[in-house]
Amino acid sequence: MKALLRRDLALALRAGGGFGLGLAFFLIVTVLVPFGVGPQSELLSRIAPGILWLGALLACLLSLDRLLALDWEDGTLDLLATSPLPLEAALLVKALAHWITTGLPLVLAAPLLGVLLNLPASGYLWLVVSLALGTPALSVIGTFGAALTVGVKRGGLLMSLLVLPLYVPTLIFGAEVARRGATGMATETPLLMLAGITLGVIALMPFASAAALRVNLR
Amino acid sequence: MIPDLGKYADSVLSSYAASFILLAMLVFLTIRRGRKARHALEAIERKKKSDG
Amino acid sequence: MSVTDQKPIPKRPSSFWSYANPVKFLAFSERVMPALWWLAGICLLVGLVWGFFFTPDDFRQGSTVKIIYLHVPSALMAINAWFMMLVASLIWIIRRHHVSALAAKAAAPVGVVMTVIALVTGAIWGQPMWGTWWAWDPRLTSFLILFLFYLGYIALWEAIEDPDTAADLTSVLCLVGSVFAVLSRYAVNFWNQGLHQGASLSLDKEENVADVFYFPLLVAIAGFVLLFLVLVLYRTGTEIRLRRTRALMAREART
Repeated sequence: MKALLRRDLALALRAGGGFGLGLAFFLIVTVLVPFGVGPQSELLSRIAPGILWLGALLACLLSLDRLLALDWEDGTLDLLATSPLPLEAALLVKALAHWITTGLPLVLAAPLLGVLLNLPASGYLWLVVSLALGTPALSVIGTFGAALTVGVKRGGLLMSLLVLPLYVPTLIFGAEVARRGATGMATETPLLMLAGITLGVIALMPFASAAALRVNLR
Repeated sequence: MIPDLGKYADSVLSSYAASFILLAMLVFLTIRRGRKARHALEAIERKKKSDG
Repeated sequence: MSVTDQKPIPKRPSSFWSYANPVKFLAFSERVMPALWWLAGICLLVGLVWGFFFTPDDFRQGSTVKIIYLHVPSALMAINAWFMMLVASLIWIIRRHHVSALAAKAAAPVGVVMTVIALVTGAIWGQPMWGTWWAWDPRLTSFLILFLFYLGYIALWEAIEDPDTAADLTSVLCLVGSVFAVLSRYAVNFWNQGLHQGASLSLDKEENVADVFYFPLLVAIAGFVLLFLVLVLYRTGTEIRLRRTRALMAREART
């Protein structure tokens, strides 16, 4: 498992796509929002948590089609499926690698972009906490979408259509934590729900992803 | 004949119209596709029989 | 062909599973469909005419209450269609009956249309009642999400060429999607609690509906259920024929 994780991370680093593209996309979305809604700082600070969450979510989505597609093309997935490591575990590791290369940089970059959007001072902690808790769920759910569409040529758009509705609960609770945190309200309830979703998804989703991938590898 | 719908006539009538159009489209497309499939299958089965 | 296919097919023709045989299914559906078409048409006609012409206006909502005869049945069927797809997907995953997978495929577009009708009539009703076409009311939002799930499901069916792979993947998606649809429902409730008390205005809860509205509504619901049934039967038959045509053509191309 460790070897697989190391390999995926090394590949992502060498290809350079993982860290760079997702972050740049996140930055661009954040910069474009004020152009769209206007530069009033109190408006921006009110919508900042939601925008940052949306940006992170879209950045995650963007890198998903590379998650399995390359390994699918060169046959690594067939090897993984026949290896002693259960496919469920392999996919969980792949999701983890995706999170480390995409989700984690987004979590770390979010406070910086919060400055651009005039995020209230009380919001930074909760923004980072909610993203740190929520982005693993995004990666794991995204792995499921990637596993479903890995056999489809040019499946990127299809995958977005499949994955985005599945992101709804995570987005709602995650953005709710960040929003409540920014306005100084109690965050326990959505935080617990978000943690529940993430843990539940990590526990159960790999089985669905592996089932889908096995069908595709048949 | 049409009952007095008061000031909401537009809403009521348009919602009925929209629903009927949608349902009619669904039924129409369903039947057209079904007919086509049936004809295609019959054609190919007849051909199979004549080929022996 | 997997091992589950080798299960001895029950000899008794009364068993529900005997309809997993496509030929038998087609014969059965051909036999019952004319009656179902008529029943569905009559129920819809009676329910809607009764509701439209012979019910009084609500004292608060005026004549817009008549929209209920379209809105509630279509909303009901939008959810039940998904539920039926879920059951059919489970049957496909567990027992590998092709008819079941095709029935799920056949039901999805019907479910989409039902969802759209529910959304459109809801919007038209909301305009005079709430003063807006669209409010991010939990119930409306859940339906919009359900609509997105339907779209994804249909798109996945369309995208995959091999029919068995498509059936497997859409079944998995349907299972996962069902869990997430329920999750979204609760999340949306939480997200917008107390902001919009739309549901108290609505007559969706049947116990709130007076008998004058209730009986035509029941007939209309029966009409929608029957229409859904007959459409799904018909479309499943279409899918079976299409697949058989494709199989025959492939065989011909090979020889």
